[in-house]
Amino acid sequence: MKKFNFCDGLVAPLDRANVDTDAIIPKQFLKSIKRSGFGQNLFDEWRYLDHGEPGMDSSKRRLDGGFVLNLPRYSGAQILLARANFGCGSSREHAPWALQDYGFEAIIAPSFADIFFNNCFKIGLLPIVLDTHKVDQLFQEVEATEGYRLMVNLRDQSVTTPGGDSFLFDIDPFRKHSLLNGLDEIGLTLQHADRIKAFEDKHRDSQPWLFA
Amino acid sequence: MQTLYDKLWQSHVVHEESDEPDGMTLLYIDRHLVHEVTSPQAFEGLKLAGRKPWRLDSILAVADHNVPTTRRDRGISDPISRLQVETLDDNCDELGITEFRMNDLRQGIVHVIGPEQGATLPGMTVVCGDSHTSTHGAFACLAFGIGTSEVEHVLATQCLLMKKARSMRVMVEGKLGHGITAKDVALAIIGEIGTAGGTGYAVEFAGSAIRDLSMEGRMTLCNMAIEAGARAGMIAVDDTTTEYIQGRPFAPKGDLWDKAVAYWRTLKSDEGARFDKVVTLEAARIKPQVTWGTSPEMVATVDGNVPDPAQISDIVQRHDMERALKYMGLAPNTPIREIRPDKIFIGSCTNARIEDLRAAAKVVEGKHIAGNIKLAMVVPGSGLVKHQAEQEGLDKVFRDAGFEWREPGCSMCLAMNDDRLGPGERCASTSNRNFEGRQGLGGRTHLVSPAMAAAAAVAGHFVDVREIY
Ligand code: SF4
Repeated sequence: MKKFNFCDGLVAPLDRANVDTDAIIPKQFLKSIKRSGFGQNLFDEWRYLDHGEPGMDSSKRRLDGGFVLNLPRYSGAQILLARANFGCGSSREHAPWALQDYGFEAIIAPSFADIFFNNCFKIGLLPIVLDTHKVDQLFQEVEATEGYRLMVNLRDQSVTTPGGDSFLFDIDPFRKHSLLNGLDEIGLTLQHADRIKAFEDKHRDSQPWLFA
Repeated sequence: MQTLYDKLWQSHVVHEESDEPDGMTLLYIDRHLVHEVTSPQAFEGLKLAGRKPWRLDSILAVADHNVPTTRRDRGISDPISRLQVETLDDNCDELGITEFRMNDLRQGIVHVIGPEQGATLPGMTVVCGDSHTSTHGAFACLAFGIGTSEVEHVLATQCLLMKKARSMRVMVEGKLGHGITAKDVALAIIGEIGTAGGTGYAVEFAGSAIRDLSMEGRMTLCNMAIEAGARAGMIAVDDTTTEYIQGRPFAPKGDLWDKAVAYWRTLKSDEGARFDKVVTLEAARIKPQVTWGTSPEMVATVDGNVPDPAQISDIVQRHDMERALKYMGLAPNTPIREIRPDKIFIGSCTNARIEDLRAAAKVVEGKHIAGNIKLAMVVPGSGLVKHQAEQEGLDKVFRDAGFEWREPGCSMCLAMNDDRLGPGERCASTSNRNFEGRQGLGGRTHLVSPAMAAAAAVAGHFVDVREIY
């Protein structure tokens, strides 16, 4: 997993609620058996005017100039500012893969869907929950100011605006530790192999039909 | 006093990573269902790390998203889809995982075949790299969808790292009206609490109307829990549950059966158990539901109208509504009954079980689809559902009415195979998501129950199914 400590990044605003994972990465790209290369198809149906299929050369496709990520001022953005219930819908981890592959390191929203939120941590993409008023303020500022950047500091759990406002966010201590150190969760869990075996024995005794 | 969720959680805790009450917990997983779309990268990761699956007998695999629903004998024509299915076959062969292959009678949508085989049992933790895993909660399981990294984690360790959710109970009391199904209940609940209303919660559905539902109906309801934002939905064990399970291939037999049933009977919330949130609906007030927008919460009753954004004061909400109406090609205040679908899709893990097909067949029997319907299709949830329906002659009823009768799979629920809507095409669909492009680029989805979809097929526009049967 990718480490996350600190990000001083250009911000792109995606001003709509309930952005679902089908919109983040449409299903035809889920046919890939690889883990990389999804960035070019991030928000495919909004970003391009033509219909995308796997294997197409994205550099030759027609862009929708009105879509926010296609505006030159947001090119190279590392932080996505979003609205409520971001990432709802399907459990596809391809959605966080696509966001990360595109270049995003953190996403700020008033709320995230559970599975998406969880999936982000597994790959080192940081989802940050700030309350609606703060997100509103950030939307206003980013739209008003070209080149608007935010500073995200995971150690301090803070997001700092160019004007000097600093907002704190919550994060589970275990997740924070894993992100800061880029830890392999499977490796960590396997350190508890004896505990898992002991649990399994007890479980088999009490519910033998589960192991029949 | 514990909730059902507390009991299921507590009986699977292997280790707690912190002393905090809601810290990360290592939870043991009893059943791991696998499909072709979200597993290849997990198997690859496992291999690259030189690891093996922890417990092979906990895994059941099936390909459902990419499989064709016609002419299976010709295989899968799209080479990328084919490779994905073959990758699952190869991984299962190599590791010794039980898989129902595409031409096996038991093949079907993963959330249909788990319960059908008795591979989903009360008291289990069930996971799958698929958000609609919540379906299995109908059996008093703790069942939830996971991402691909977690699929790999469960393969390698038989455990998941999780945080306990808050608890919500949705009570539906009284008797459902004639013609009202679990799908209408699900959409009514989502209409009430919103698509994020269940976020962060594990939801238990309870009340007399829920107890009256068949297992098929309960699965439909729990399936849609994720559309309310809840990762898990669940329903307590009763006779309906145990009767459904008895005799299924993976279910316990003999002495073990009796022992299991005795335990399963404890799988309900204790009297007086505390929930973080309680929502109550009156069954008798629920009417047939039809979604008009691009999120399942954008729903109306069949006798209602498409809403008018001008009436909405919240700006974000108003813009969302305007965008949805534009995408759906609908004018504000249009009566729902005047909406005319081009296609009809009866299928998906929400509504492709035998009871769903029976309900739809009852509506179309002796009638024919309307002239404006370009395509009406029935895609059974599994090979066994299809077989059962054919035994009952339902295939003939559908065919005579002008429907196509297909092979089992996800099909036009998400259009990963060849079944899809064209731009601007409007569909009455028994699936679970009406997101933009879900059923095909530019396609317009209206979510309804099987009986409502069948009625729309015959009338050529949405109608109140209560008036026709
Ligand atoms: S039928 Fe639809 S919702 Fe269900 S598993 Fe298949 S694609 Fe997902």
